[in-house]
Amino acid sequence: MSSRTPSRSLFRPPSGVDQSALAENKGIVRSIERRLFLRQGLSLGALTLLTGCDISNKESVQAVLKEFSSWNDRVQAWLFDPAKLAPTFPESQVLKPPRFNAFYSIDEVKPIDAASWKLEIAGLVKDKRPWTLDRINALPKVTQITRHVCVEGWDYIGKWSGVSLRRFLEIIEADLTAKYVAFECADDYSGSIDMASALHPQTQLTTDYADEPIGNAYGFPLRLRVATKLGFKMPKWITSLEVTNQYPGGYWEDRDYNWFSGI
Amino acid sequence: MASTPPEPTNVLVHPLVVRVTHWINALAILIMIGSGWRIYNNVPIFSSIEFPLWATLGGDPDLTYARNSDVGFSNALLWHLAGMWLFAVNGLIVISYGILSGRFFRRLFPIRPREVTATIGDTLRFKLAHDDLTTYNAVQKILYLGVLCAMVLAAISGLALWKPVQFQGLITLFQSFQGARLVHFLCMSAIALFLVVHVMLALLVPRTLLSMINGKVRAPLRIPVEAGE
Repeated sequence: MSSRTPSRSLFRPPSGVDQSALAENKGIVRSIERRLFLRQGLSLGALTLLTGCDISNKESVQAVLKEFSSWNDRVQAWLFDPAKLAPTFPESQVLKPPRFNAFYSIDEVKPIDAASWKLEIAGLVKDKRPWTLDRINALPKVTQITRHVCVEGWDYIGKWSGVSLRRFLEIIEADLTAKYVAFECADDYSGSIDMASALHPQTQLTTDYADEPIGNAYGFPLRLRVATKLGFKMPKWITSLEVTNQYPGGYWEDRDYNWFSGI
Repeated sequence: MASTPPEPTNVLVHPLVVRVTHWINALAILIMIGSGWRIYNNVPIFSSIEFPLWATLGGDPDLTYARNSDVGFSNALLWHLAGMWLFAVNGLIVISYGILSGRFFRRLFPIRPREVTATIGDTLRFKLAHDDLTTYNAVQKILYLGVLCAMVLAAISGLALWKPVQFQGLITLFQSFQGARLVHFLCMSAIALFLVVHVMLALLVPRTLLSMINGKVRAPLRIPVEAGE
């Protein structure tokens, strides 16, 4: 058989459908179609949004998202109150040892030899002599017990001691009107913060955690502690400090994490 | 006069402001929940709860990694911290309009306990009337009021998580940073549950969906009542 004949079905009238029924109910059919179109349109919109099939990686979408991120940088700089201190906590709440975090696992940490380590100074600074650990340790220390907040959502209370970054920048005669303080690290990490946050009373170049030299896994011999920023804004295993007006970016910032990231 | 049936007329139940802000809010909620789920998955609060990747916003992990060496976590954060402006600004318009125009008080109140039990009874007997879409029944009032509160609390707990030092008073309100995170999660859960019920019911009674587009529903038929009855 070459021509197709519809199979017999209980549900199909033997004499075919009276086509006038279609004309009579044209209005209803059209409104059903319209409704269906509406519903499908909505669910299609929701689907592309939720699966994200890759609207997230579209260049135009990325441009809008990054525009919002730099708007957020400006809003956060405006919200930042240089005199507002982060809450402090009792000794009993201090986590020992602190929580490890890096862009690699704890067994990949390469401990730094304190004797050969130096902190290089660069940029808009008068005194660019590098610092040894002994010289940094000889500076007056400040201590804080504050909350460390990670961008991932976890937090802990820690006790950090070291030299106030404001004090250190004054000692090396840095240009305190510059925009950024940038750091480079022994593990190829890097980061930068705004000058206002660098001069905050609870921002310090940390040498000690819970009254002991900071552990190898947690940034020995020198890490940054900023009580008003997210954890990833605080480089560990620091090897150089630069004061600059050129936006320095950073390891995570270059991977689209918000630059200011104040808390 | 009394013998002619009354002409069905359409009345405006959702003014333009309400319709526009409703759909902007719908978009904002999808962005916030989609990206929020991706952010949550990175470090879950409950180890047994993880959201399927396809339902999250943040891009395909491989494609995202090829572009910026991150599997989409930073992308989700970008969405979340951009979407929050859409959600917050639109939400402020909704709340100001709702209060200043009197719409909130007119449509969501009063909620009488007797009506609540009656509506629940009707629902369970599949006798829930929706001939008159110009007013909300008691359960609708409770649900709309509830989701409104959940969205406000989601915004407040979100602000606490975004700025736990600048707005440290909010962290005190939620006991701790993790307390704020839990409240934020519970608000999302409430909104997501509402969304399921809301969308399901709108599809069951498509006239309601249409009214959120053109603003109009058919006026309830009023049976003429003889004077002095």
